[in-house]
Amino acid sequence: MTVLLQIDGVSRYFAGYTALSDVSTAVETGTIHAVIGPNGAGKTTLFNVVSGVLLPSSGQVRFAGVDYTRRKPDRVLAMGIARNFQQVRLFRGLSVLENVMIGRHCRMATGARGLLGLGIFNRAAETQARATAREMLEFVGIGARNERLPGELTLVDQRRLEIARALASDPRLLLLDEPAAGMNPAEVRELTGLIGRIRDRGITILMVEHHMRLVMAAADRITVLSAGRVIADGPPQQVQRDELVIAAYLGKPHAPAHGR
Amino acid sequence: MLGGYWESIAIFLGINVLMSISLYVPMSAGLISLGQGGFMAIGAYVSALLTKGGVPFAPALLAGSAVAAAAGLLVGTPALRIRGIYVMILTLGFGEIVRVFFLNFDPAGGASGLVGIPPLTTLPAVLAACAVAFLIVWRLRHARLGRAMIAVHEDEVAAEAMGINLTRTKLLAFSIGAFIAGLAGGLYAHEALFIDANQFDFSRSAVTFLYVVLGGAANPFGPVLGAAIVTLLPEFLRFLQDWRMTFFGSLLILAAIWRPDGLLKAPVPRSR
Ligand SMILES: Nc1ncnc2c1ncn2[C@@H]1O[C@H](COP(=O)(O)OP(=O)(O)OP(=O)(O)O)[C@@H](O)[C@H]1O
Ligand SMILES: [Mg+2]
Repeated sequence: MTVLLQIDGVSRYFAGYTALSDVSTAVETGTIHAVIGPNGAGKTTLFNVVSGVLLPSSGQVRFAGVDYTRRKPDRVLAMGIARNFQQVRLFRGLSVLENVMIGRHCRMATGARGLLGLGIFNRAAETQARATAREMLEFVGIGARNERLPGELTLVDQRRLEIARALASDPRLLLLDEPAAGMNPAEVRELTGLIGRIRDRGITILMVEHHMRLVMAAADRITVLSAGRVIADGPPQQVQRDELVIAAYLGKPHAPAHGR
Repeated sequence: MLGGYWESIAIFLGINVLMSISLYVPMSAGLISLGQGGFMAIGAYVSALLTKGGVPFAPALLAGSAVAAAAGLLVGTPALRIRGIYVMILTLGFGEIVRVFFLNFDPAGGASGLVGIPPLTTLPAVLAACAVAFLIVWRLRHARLGRAMIAVHEDEVAAEAMGINLTRTKLLAFSIGAFIAGLAGGLYAHEALFIDANQFDFSRSAVTFLYVVLGGAANPFGPVLGAAIVTLLPEFLRFLQDWRMTFFGSLLILAAIWRPDGLLKAPVPRSR
């Protein structure tokens, strides 16, 4: 087993408030790794650090052995880490297809060839990006609505669209922040299948999720955060029995999905 | 073809259309510039000095536009750190700096202006420039850069996380707009034949802003329509004599009340 993502002693403070405190864990290639923890535990903050959206106050992140802690999000994506957003952040003025094509930009020709898109320059790259985007929309199960605006989709389909947009960048690691939020049981089952198919494409998954059934069914490993600290880290069966975890989740052993 | 008067109106209309497109480009990326007059001045002065020195028209125009585009990079760089109204203030300041520079730059005539510019601008040249500029911004909507500009406009955090280089996208938007404004300036100088710094003052930048606000920034026809109305309507209102600009101003206020997002609101057809 090789480590794809190494999170090493990451802390993050917000004006004196500690959102993450010395968090370390390793995500192994080809696994589904879940991060769980109560509201405000720092899960999204951790994703923001891993995707380059936030700089950690201290600590490092390494991808396939390379320290990329200070890289900008666009370069982190190009390197192979893609994400969705807990609060959906789609480009409302672009069509569904165009949203996914944006995810493909990091793999399209750069420089003058890709600059203006006058047919003589990069029609081929544009056609290819469109084909990839269509394929990704089919893959997540929302093909045939390509010309719509994201706002015309249900929230659940908007989440699928964000996954398609992330997949279009050909990531090696996909970060999913509460992908099941707002889904009914049938939709959660479908999502579980989708996550399995993404893994089967050779993509490693790091996922924040409150749906314990989904986590227990899909995850190879679970990291539990509470108040910014790692309180447990291991295979599902082991974490499930951990007293600290039970205490942290006291009162909501099977927390339902929630927005925020 | 057209009589002298109407030909000259058509040429100035074309130049104003170019100015409206020059602002539409950065606005697609969410960057509102109140300094397009400054880029126009740079294009006008650089190209006029070159043709007066014997350089042929086309290379002189391109050189003027290129210098304006370089100035666009210069203004765009500090604009990367700020947003919204602060970008407007920054570009407004830039426009004033350019004006005062040419006012005091004696090799280009200083306060007395630059005279004896050869009459090289023709209607076909202006039409061709408009057509090319329009085609470029139209195509931009379905190209990597244009899509990236819209994404940046809508959500910078998501755009960057989805691989868009914010610096590159914003600087390109700024300098493509500046290039087009520089081109408009070059064509203007060789039609007006006399330029001085005050022809490119804040009111030039403000009226350019008006073209886009009036016509609408949802698609490139909006700015073109705005430029056409603002340029032509006062001509057709000449019979009102002294009341002309009062009436015109009232129309603008009515338009702002009825169509606050601009006259043309339909977006460019999206990719499907
Ligand atoms: N940009 C920020 N500025 C200030 N405080 C922040 C910021 N981002 C997060 N926080 C704070 O850090 C803490 C952790 O937030 P975070 O969003 O990471 O939690 P979470 O585990 O994802 O919670 P949830 O399950 O509700 O999504 C919260 O108290 C939050 O208010
Ligand atoms: Mg969260």
